[in-house]
This record gives sequence, C-alpha cells and structure tokens, in this order.
Amino acid sequence: MCSLIGQSVKRVEDKRFITGKGKYTDDIVLPDMTHAYIMRSPYAHANILKIDTSKALAMEGVVAVFTGEDIAKAGINGVPCGWQVNFNTGETMKEPPHPLLVKDKVLHAGDSVAIVIAESRELAVDAAELVEIDYEELPCVTDPFKAIQDGAPLVHDIAPNNKCFVWELGDRQKTDDHIAKSHHVTTLEFVNQRMVPNAIEPRAAIGDYDIAHDKHTLYTTSQNPHLIRLLMCAFVLGLPEHKVRVVAPDVGGGFGSKIFHYTEEALVTWASKQIGRPVKWVAERSESFITDAHGRDHVTKAEMGFDKDGNVMALRVRTAANLGAYLSTFGTAVPTYLHGTLLQGLYTTPAVHVEVTGAFTHTNAVDAYRGAGRPEATYVLERLMETAAKEMGVDPAELRLKNFIPPFDGITQPGYQTQVALQYDSGNYHAVLERALEMVDYKGFRKEQAEARKQGKYLGIGISTYIEACGIAPSAVVGSLGARAGLFESSQVRIQPTGKVSVYTGSHSHGQGHETTFAQVVADKFGISMNDVEIIHGDSDSVAFGMGTYGSRSLAVGGSAIVKSIEKVLQKGAKIAAHKLEAAEADLEYAGGRWTVKGTDKSIGFGDVALTAYVPHDYPQGLEPGLDFSSFYDPTNFTYPYGAHIAVVEVDIETGKTTLKRFIACDDVGNVINPMIVDGQIHGGVVQGIGQALFEEAIYDSNGQLITGSYMDYTMPRADDVPMFEVDRTVTPCPHNPLGVKGAGEAGTIGSAPAVVNAVLDALSPFNIKDMNMPLTPQKVWKAIHNK
Amino acid sequence: MNLTIQVEVNGKKHKSTVEARQLLVYYLRDQLRLTGTHIGCDTSSCGSCTVMIDGMAVKSCTMLAAQADGCAITTIEGLAKKGELHPLQEGFHQEHGLQCGFCTPGMIMTAVDLLSKNPEPTEMDIRHALEGNFCRCTGYHNIVRAVQFASAKMKEMEVASV
Repeated sequence: MCSLIGQSVKRVEDKRFITGKGKYTDDIVLPDMTHAYIMRSPYAHANILKIDTSKALAMEGVVAVFTGEDIAKAGINGVPCGWQVNFNTGETMKEPPHPLLVKDKVLHAGDSVAIVIAESRELAVDAAELVEIDYEELPCVTDPFKAIQDGAPLVHDIAPNNKCFVWELGDRQKTDDHIAKSHHVTTLEFVNQRMVPNAIEPRAAIGDYDIAHDKHTLYTTSQNPHLIRLLMCAFVLGLPEHKVRVVAPDVGGGFGSKIFHYTEEALVTWASKQIGRPVKWVAERSESFITDAHGRDHVTKAEMGFDKDGNVMALRVRTAANLGAYLSTFGTAVPTYLHGTLLQGLYTTPAVHVEVTGAFTHTNAVDAYRGAGRPEATYVLERLMETAAKEMGVDPAELRLKNFIPPFDGITQPGYQTQVALQYDSGNYHAVLERALEMVDYKGFRKEQAEARKQGKYLGIGISTYIEACGIAPSAVVGSLGARAGLFESSQVRIQPTGKVSVYTGSHSHGQGHETTFAQVVADKFGISMNDVEIIHGDSDSVAFGMGTYGSRSLAVGGSAIVKSIEKVLQKGAKIAAHKLEAAEADLEYAGGRWTVKGTDKSIGFGDVALTAYVPHDYPQGLEPGLDFSSFYDPTNFTYPYGAHIAVVEVDIETGKTTLKRFIACDDVGNVINPMIVDGQIHGGVVQGIGQALFEEAIYDSNGQLITGSYMDYTMPRADDVPMFEVDRTVTPCPHNPLGVKGAGEAGTIGSAPAVVNAVLDALSPFNIKDMNMPLTPQKVWKAIHNK
Repeated sequence: MNLTIQVEVNGKKHKSTVEARQLLVYYLRDQLRLTGTHIGCDTSSCGSCTVMIDGMAVKSCTMLAAQADGCAITTIEGLAKKGELHPLQEGFHQEHGLQCGFCTPGMIMTAVDLLSKNPEPTEMDIRHALEGNFCRCTGYHNIVRAVQFASAKMKEMEVASV
C-alpha cells in the first residue's frame, strides 16, 4: 500500500456540501425555538438617556426584551480579552469591560443595546421598531493615530490619550545607533488599512437551556468551541463548565473572525434560560460588517538603514494600532506579538526595534484576520525593501537575496535567533525566491516590460517574500508573553472493536479539510483504509478539549496531538500482538496494518488486535482492556513557513485600473500531507491579500459610521478580478513536530499584498510615485498618475 | 397579509401559505426546510441563495415567495438525479472547488445556468458568469476548473448518448 501522505486525496467532506446537506448553525431548528434581533447603536459615541421597551413587550408574538439594565442586574460580566500586553514601563494594559448589552454609554456604531426575542425573526424585527431609545450624541474618534493625540475624544476614562498600551520589542539604542550610522535610510509612512473578514456565512448563535438536566447548549459559528465554552463559563456567565455544551457545526469560513468570544453567544445562552425556550440569533450581513472583529488598521512609520554595500543595518518601526472600542479576545496580541516579532523577516538585519501603541477608538473591535499581524509586518518589510532598491538603484530581487539569512535545517544547524525574540526553525530562503524568479522569467519580463512601454502599455512586476510564525504555540512561551490560555491541542484516537477508528480532535475545520487530511495521517500511520477512519470535531461534549483552529496551527499542533495518540495505540497494540503471536515485542515490526514477527510469516492484523483488546479472553496479564488513547501536544516552538510571491500587473494609465496578469507563489510550508488542499489554501489566501492590495477598505466617516458597510460598498475580489495562479513549493521540514509540517492557512494572504503593490508601483515607475496607500483603486492610481 | 402559492420544487408540488413579504429564500429554507440554499448578505450581492427558477439562475433573496407562484424551482438538493451527482457537483469535488462549502450551492446553480446556455465556455466566460457569486475561500481558481471539468464531462456524456 503506497503512503497516503503527500497524496491529493479528494475531500471526504465534499459530499454533504455539494448536495446541500451541510449543517450550518442557521440550518438548525429546535422545537419551540424563538428568534432574537439585537438592537444596535446608530451612533459611534453617545449617552443612552432612556430606553422604553413597553410598546414592544405589549406586541403579540414578543416573548421578551432585555436591556443593559437587565444584564447589570443579573450580575453578568463582559466578554474578556485573552492576552495581556503591558506598557513598556511595566504598567498593566488598560482593560475596560465589554458588556453584553450597554447600559449607559455606547462606544461604537453597532454597540449592542437591547435584545428583542419573538416567535419569528420578522416579529422580532418589527418589535424592535417599537423600542424607544433616546441617545445624546458625543464627539468621536476613529483613526488610531489621531486618537492618541492630546485632546482627542476619550473612549474610556481609564485610558488617558486612548492608549491601551505602548509596547516595544528589540534593542532601541542599538537600532537608533545603526540608523544614524547608515549610508542610506529608506523611510515610509503609510496606513495598513482596516479590513472586514467577511466569511460568507454570517455569524449565528442558538442558546438552548434544558431545565431537566440544568444544562446549556450553545450552537455557534466558531473556530474554537471549547475556548468559547471556557471564556463564557469562567468569565462571563459564571456557569459550571460541565453543564455547558458548545457545538460549532459546519462553519462557513472564519479567516480569524470566528475565533473570538462574541457577546451574542453569551446573550442567547443566558436568555434561553430566562425564557425557558431556545433562542436563535443570526446576523444580517450589515450587522456582520459592524460587529465581526475587523483586521489590520495600522498607521505606521518605518525606516530601514543600509550600509554602502546594500546590507540592511537596521529597522525601526513605529505603529499606532487601532484596537476599536473594546478589546476583542486576541485584539491586543495581534499588533504586538504577532507583528513585532516578525519584523526580522528573512533578513540578517542586526538591529530591529518596534514600538506599537494600542489605541482605543470609537470603532468596532479589531482582532486577528487571516495572517493577523504577520501581513502587517511583511508589508512593512517588503515595501521598504522595494523602495530602498529603487532609491539605491539596485535590483529588488538582488537586494533581497543579498540580505537573506543563509540556509539552515534546524537539526544539524541551529535555528536562527532573530533580533525580535523568535528562533526560526528551518529554512532555505534563497530557494523560494530563486524558484519564483525562474517561474516568472524575471529577466525575460524586464525585456517584455521595456517593449510594452514603447507601445504605451504599463506593465509592472512586484516581489514579496515573507516568513510567518505559525502552529501557535508553546504554552509556556505565550504564557510568559501575556496569553491567558495554553495553546496546546488535544486528540483522542478510539479504536473500535472492529478495527474502525474514531478520531476526536480539538482543531476545528471550517473549510480547511481536516476530515480528509487528518484521516490521511491516521490511515497512513495505521496502514488501514481512509474509509475506516472518521474525524470528529466541533462539539465540546464529544471532544475532550481543544484550542481550535487559527494561526495555521491545525496540522502542526492538532495533527501532532493525533500522532501522539496513534503512537500510544501502536505501543499497546504491539503488546497484544506479541501475546497473540507468542513472540517478544522487540521482535515485531508494524507495517501495512499488521504486526509481523521479523523474518517470519507469522503476523496479526490491526483489526484482530483491536477485537482482542475488547474481547480480552486470551490477553496479556495485567494489561487493561480497550484500545483508546488521548493525548495533549504542546509544541516546543512556533513553525515558520515562508515563501516568495511575484505579481505581474498592467496598469491602464487612462483609467487607473490595475489588471493582475500573473501571480506566482512559491511557498515552503514544510512537509505536505495533501498538496491539493495546500494549493487551495494558497489560492484563497492570495486572493484575500489581493483584495487588500486592490479593492477592500473599511472606511469610517467623521461621525464614526462605517460607510463601506455592505457588499454594495465594500469591494471584494470576484471571479473576474483574478487570474489562474501559478503555485509551486520547496519543502524544508519543520524539525520539531512529528509530521514536519509548518502550516499553510495564512501564507497566501501574508505574501501577496505587498507583491501586488510593488508591481503597481513598478508599472508606474515612469511617473516617479514613491508610495500609495492600499487599496490601489483606479481613482487612487489615476490621481497619483496625474498628481492630483 | 398571507397568500397561497403553488410551486414545484425539485419535482415535488407544494401548495403553501406564505406571508406577502416573505422572500423566496426564507420560504425554501424555513417552510420547505431546504437549507442547502444559503443566505450570505442582504443586498443580493453574494449569490449564496441562487436557485434555478424555470431554468434560469435567480438569487432567491431578490424575489418574494409570492412571485414564484406557478414556477418550477430547482435547488441544490434537487440537482443530483437518482443518486447520480450532476457533472458540476462532480466537478467541484474533483477539482477541489469548495472549502467551507457555504457559497458552493449558489456557485453550482449559477454554473448550471451558464452551461445550459454556453456548454463550452472559455475561462473568461466562466469568470464573468460567476461574478455575481462571492467565494472567500478558494480564490476562484479551482471553481473555474470545476466548471471546466463539468463542461468537458457533459460533452463526453452527450457524445456517449448519441
């Protein structure tokens, strides 16, 4: 039987989705279920003067209306932040509460004020029209840089100048010295714009209280149901965890936005007990726009110093990062530990220093969006590299290759210690860029570009390289950095008496294809058919524990936990096999689903050993029956995927419109279990990065209204906006996890945006435009060309 | 106000009472429990709710249930015939044209419409036909390939049946 690892096995989960049999949260209907509509603040900043619910309550079909007053009376806490980031002075970060429903003062447009529960969704919406709320509007601030200036409207009294923290990493003095001594310094000031994740399935939650068992069930669109249960029980509702079940059934995309514990989850859980009936809430898209945690939103000044030979001497970065009005679950970690720590990039820069000010504003919360901090870091590095090459008159590919960290495998050669805390695991960075340059025919392109220019066509090429820290993470490390949770993963591998295998994983699949990839690993290790393996995830009542799926961690951490359990099964199985074969365990070898006595034809199959474990008549003395193991895996380091992306564009200078002609991605994600799925992750990630580069932007007006708050206003890439992708990879295994895998979920998004921006600016090089803020819309490009 | 409508959905006749303001997508999902048709937005922009009405792809959040009176509707649940997957369903599976699966039914129904009018579309034909449907997972690359797969398969089937 050939190895299943490395095969593009077609996905086992597809069947239900292509036949319309997927089961998403909104597809669930429970007996006697009610429907909730959440009333949200129309103002960015306002005092609530009065709420009158009497007319709504009097309407036929209305079951209940709850306000912030009710939540406060019930003694319910707000949703917590999961990561403590301190000031560089050692002072603790400012951590205001985030109530489920606001009582006195709303802090962003979309802030929750009341929940109306009725017999149908339509009635709940109708009844909400009858709730009278008087607001007194207050001045607001939405830009993170403006927010931290003196005199800006204050979001929280406890946070002067709207500063949640001022955090730094790296050697400030050394970096300042190196910059001062540099032969050339490239400086950029830019905005990494706010993004809306926009999973196509809107968020939804159903609370279902069962009085007979005094038990709560929450169905929710989550990437990590166990974490939701933990946070909701321990911090918000004060419920005993064993009396709460959280189920994340099929989930229609997450991209980070479904990691976090949202107020609605706790609200429907609590409300269900109050009314004694299930409560369903489903976000409208316009509601998703103003309440799903957004991404990015950095205002940055970055300087890169070079010596006279073009070696990078130093990198200095100053960023104001928008956190929104409230701290989302990982909102504080993203602009700090997931951003600052990646500023080494692939380069040997001997001095790096970054200072990030976390700013409260009157906007929706900002948290992890695909890439989470790492796209922001990559954008800083790759825009600086490109601009520096242009300023110094050297080739941008050559400048990168010159400054790359030399190859190291992490086994015979040590990992690479960066200036910003991390130790890279293994890498051959030259190889990915050289391969990408070969794929695009870099030299040939320059000729084509020159020819095209003569004919009035503006072609451009843009390179970006990246490295990311994935497989998050070693619990002790993140704990020392302020994480309030461990970041291990759990697994249970249960061998059924007939030799069929049920695998329970704390990772959650919402598009990643775990039901296939994980089954490939299990079937391969046991030497059995994939048809005999079932992957179970997403239900806290069946899976013992889990930290969920984000940070490209599922295979590196969740997969490793499964491998640990597999090894335990095989160890015990060997004892049973040795007994049955009347041989010493040391004389057995396991292959193709059988234990064989070496050098003989005596063997016993996996299924027979499984049966023996459950019908232990003829059985090793002292050995427990059963064949069922669980494991927890806590990685020893992050994993570090990396790659090189190249975009080729044509800019129509009459209209400013950019056409993406080619996109090349050469990534190294370590070993690959299913190339088809990895390629799919890269394609999707790349398009989200292209979306940021060319199309997408969450724009707040001066009143704090999100004016790109619908699909009519917020431009996302459509099928005719992108080309077919040219994808390849190199393989440098991760040295510290059993599968040698590094993670592929975010790579595409991290590498692609700067490549596209660099390509557009390359196309426009005759116009001498140094920089433009994303998204590079036709209007913006046209204005830049015409110096408007 | 309530109205009575008669529709044929996936070959089955239904006589139903609907609220006048009821959108077709809610009728399909809530009353007929055909939850394969999804709701992804409230502006008819995402295409997740696309179904076939009298042989034409329609966003079912764009029309009222009452407007479908007398129509024949096919949803994703009705596409496979006698347990045999439609070539587009097979194409999405073979070419990894889906990840989270949420946009998939709408994508497939839109592609059914395309191939019924243009059995051998070019890559750009496919991209233009699908521009009313968002996918946030796949980057569209494998969706285009899935439609190409189905186009080739349908041609093969046609040749075989001649």
